[in-house]
Amino acid sequence: MDATEFGPVHRDLLRLITCGSVDDGKSTLIGRLLADAGAIPEDQLRSAIPHAGNNGLPDYAMLLDGLQAEREQGITIDVGYRFFTTPRRRFILADTPGHEQYTRNMATGASAADVAIVLVDASKGLLPQTWRHSAIVATMGIRRVVLAVNKMDLVDYRQGAFADIVTAYASMAERLGLADVTSIPVSALRGDNVIAKSDAMPWYDGPALLRFLETVETVDASSKPFRFGVQWVNRGAAGLRAYAGTILAGRLRVGDEITVLPSGVRSAVSRIITFGGDLEEARAGQAVSLTLADAVDVARGDLLAGSEQPPHIADQFAADLVWLDEAPMLPGRPYVMRLGTATYTATVTELKHRLDMNTGAGRAAKQLDVNQIGFANLALDRQAAFDAYADNRNTGNFILIDRVTNGTVGAGMIRFPLRRAANLTWQSFSTDRSARSAIKGHKPAVLWFTGLSGSGKSTVADAIDRRLLAQGRHTYILDGDNIRHGLNRDLGFTDTDRVENIRRVIEVARLLADAGLIVLVSFISPFRAERQLARERLGADEFLEIFVDTSLAECERRDPKGLYRKARDGKIANFTGLDSAYEPPGNPDIHLRTAEMSVEQEVDLVLQALRQRGILD
Amino acid sequence: MPVSLTYLEQLEAESIHVLRETAAVFSNPVLLYSIGKDSSVLLHLALKAFHPAKPPFRLLHVDTTWKFREMIAFRDRRARELGLELLVHTNQEGLKAGVSPITHGAAVHTDVMKTEALKQALDLYGFDAAIGGARRDEEPSRAKERIFSRRNASHRWDPRRQQPELWQLYNNRLGPGESARVFPLSNWTELDVWTYIAQEKIEVVPLYFAAQRPVVERDGMLIMVDDARLPLRPNEVPQQRWIRFRTLGCYPLTGAVESRATTIQDIIAELADGRTSERQGRAIDHGAGGSMERRKAEGYF
Repeated sequence: MDATEFGPVHRDLLRLITCGSVDDGKSTLIGRLLADAGAIPEDQLRSAIPHAGNNGLPDYAMLLDGLQAEREQGITIDVGYRFFTTPRRRFILADTPGHEQYTRNMATGASAADVAIVLVDASKGLLPQTWRHSAIVATMGIRRVVLAVNKMDLVDYRQGAFADIVTAYASMAERLGLADVTSIPVSALRGDNVIAKSDAMPWYDGPALLRFLETVETVDASSKPFRFGVQWVNRGAAGLRAYAGTILAGRLRVGDEITVLPSGVRSAVSRIITFGGDLEEARAGQAVSLTLADAVDVARGDLLAGSEQPPHIADQFAADLVWLDEAPMLPGRPYVMRLGTATYTATVTELKHRLDMNTGAGRAAKQLDVNQIGFANLALDRQAAFDAYADNRNTGNFILIDRVTNGTVGAGMIRFPLRRAANLTWQSFSTDRSARSAIKGHKPAVLWFTGLSGSGKSTVADAIDRRLLAQGRHTYILDGDNIRHGLNRDLGFTDTDRVENIRRVIEVARLLADAGLIVLVSFISPFRAERQLARERLGADEFLEIFVDTSLAECERRDPKGLYRKARDGKIANFTGLDSAYEPPGNPDIHLRTAEMSVEQEVDLVLQALRQRGILD
Repeated sequence: MPVSLTYLEQLEAESIHVLRETAAVFSNPVLLYSIGKDSSVLLHLALKAFHPAKPPFRLLHVDTTWKFREMIAFRDRRARELGLELLVHTNQEGLKAGVSPITHGAAVHTDVMKTEALKQALDLYGFDAAIGGARRDEEPSRAKERIFSRRNASHRWDPRRQQPELWQLYNNRLGPGESARVFPLSNWTELDVWTYIAQEKIEVVPLYFAAQRPVVERDGMLIMVDDARLPLRPNEVPQQRWIRFRTLGCYPLTGAVESRATTIQDIIAELADGRTSERQGRAIDHGAGGSMERRKAEGYF
């Protein structure tokens, strides 16, 4: 580009992802694209030239190394973003590794991509990883795929070798629902058909890779129904109440009717505000601020939509789920969900299946491990507005965040809403819980005892129960072992079953507290997330987390039920404290250090806390 | 209406989206204003994102006391003109100890007066998110940086605590003591920045444009003699040469390039066939391999 080309720039933006491994020549292909597009400065280029192990040709792969740790290990372990510009387009290329964590990294890189380049080594043909990469591309909703058949120089540029691979890939693409595939024979190392058409393959009459990328049409989100996510309420001038956000789909004109979701309130757009002046019309992709004709209630998290083709409104839906975290996804465990600009608490209510990444078949599963893809039903804590991901990538996606580590652990693509919850309404009865507790002379409460097996939970709970009963209080004990003999006898000791075990106990405790009782729950309850769920379900006023803190060594010495011995002998698997984790409370309401006090002192401490909180008078 | 948004309009919209998310979800964000071209663009985007309101956060400049004089004059004038609250923080202990690039060298000076000073300021004001103008194209180790990047309680960057970023859904949740660095210009290149500056007529420090300035050639770099604090080595005589700067920092550590580019169009033309990376003039980047990455782990922005 020279200075005379400067001026109004009409280039648009294309986001792409390359899928393949170093063995396929992926880094070489990217390096070649970047170097030939002038995106790599000479001082960086010099570090890649020459390379003896590369027949004296530049080692373009060298240019892509990001982190020092990766250079030392010789692998790329994360998603890197590279940019290059041609006279027609500006490109953002997500460079994702083909080895470790490929699902997580590819899903991340693919989430925003318009086009995916799937690399195949011409001398090796389709490999299991070709299937895996293509399956992720399809799951993440990329419609356009370039099958780049690389290393054509190794097969003497034969048309037959190319044609065989193209035919084989066609059936794979059909199974995955990838309808738009363009196949290009290339040699990244030698530059054939990368930037310019190659003389070595006169039989190929399609475009070179870069020419294709420069001209491929992108999906026009502005032709879809109007969607606008409210990010921030702008009260910048006297009387102004404008809603700042990005137009996620469609077009908007001043005067257009809109609906605020999920509330369903209607109004009309009165102004489209930008820094450069008000607009008459705006379109998908623009970040603007809107004012409405009526003083309606709009807040961050709301979705504005047009009157035609409204989004779904539901508190349950089915979605494809990509798991990103080392800790598995457990059905029943609550996660923070970011959907649009809103935040929810969400649980997977049912994992329908996980995808076998080698065959594409659905397999029954109780949990999703890192880098697995599953299909699941999810339930939210309230109604949300969304579209199916296939209809709109911007309004049909979500991420799940772990409530303890705050890590992004899952990514989801919504398939369809579930209506079951809509048919169940909450029955209201005329006698409420305060009336029930008033005749008992105390407030309802749940005392949640957590600690290792053998720590003394049941002993102290029993002692408290007797003391309360002697005072004429109304109590009930829920004990882990006893519940497992009845209500929860269908559950084992896997992480998934432990989560469900606790969920049921929380609900039972809630019913008993609702009946006005003081409920003593004596459960190992090893995971913070479930205890936090209990606190939220029961309400912080009525919930007391009591940590029965006895060291593992002491519990094992006591071993009242002989369980530690059995576990050590390998007769019990998933035993808490040994081969299954116990996450101690960070900040319990009551901390009973059993090594330092007697059971009587423990009972006094708990009763004192109950009086302080006004549960006992 | 045009057929589609241009790439600059798309980059701008993405950056505005990120700025609005930051303002909406963090309780006390701050914009790190380093006076350079990227900061100028960042500030312009912040004005756009919250218009007609003023940006709902303050500006912070970490002043090492060794910035070019023109930078400081520009900083104070811009803050005044825009009516924005500008906080200036200098590491007073470092100042008392006499730390300077002259006496202590680039590494120590940067550690104490920049990295340490930034941590002090973030702790002093309790900021939970700091918005910066870093871009992924600046340096290879930045290519994998997140848009919302986490720092622990001692402001260190831990690669394992960085979260995957899908779509435009950013995870803003922080653990106790953690804070965020936010990079709205992640997907911009140096050329994009200049093209945008031209398109939007954004004011930048004149040092970016070529002029005759007094320089000495030292260790392969052209160092501008900005004031009398730069001790001249034997045989060093400042010469008037046509130079400009591609990045701006502490003047004794910032190499100039010889250039006749006096307009933005000239600069863009120079970049389009200029073939050296932007940060090659920065003394601080040229240590052992992975120098920038190590610096980041220690809390460098």
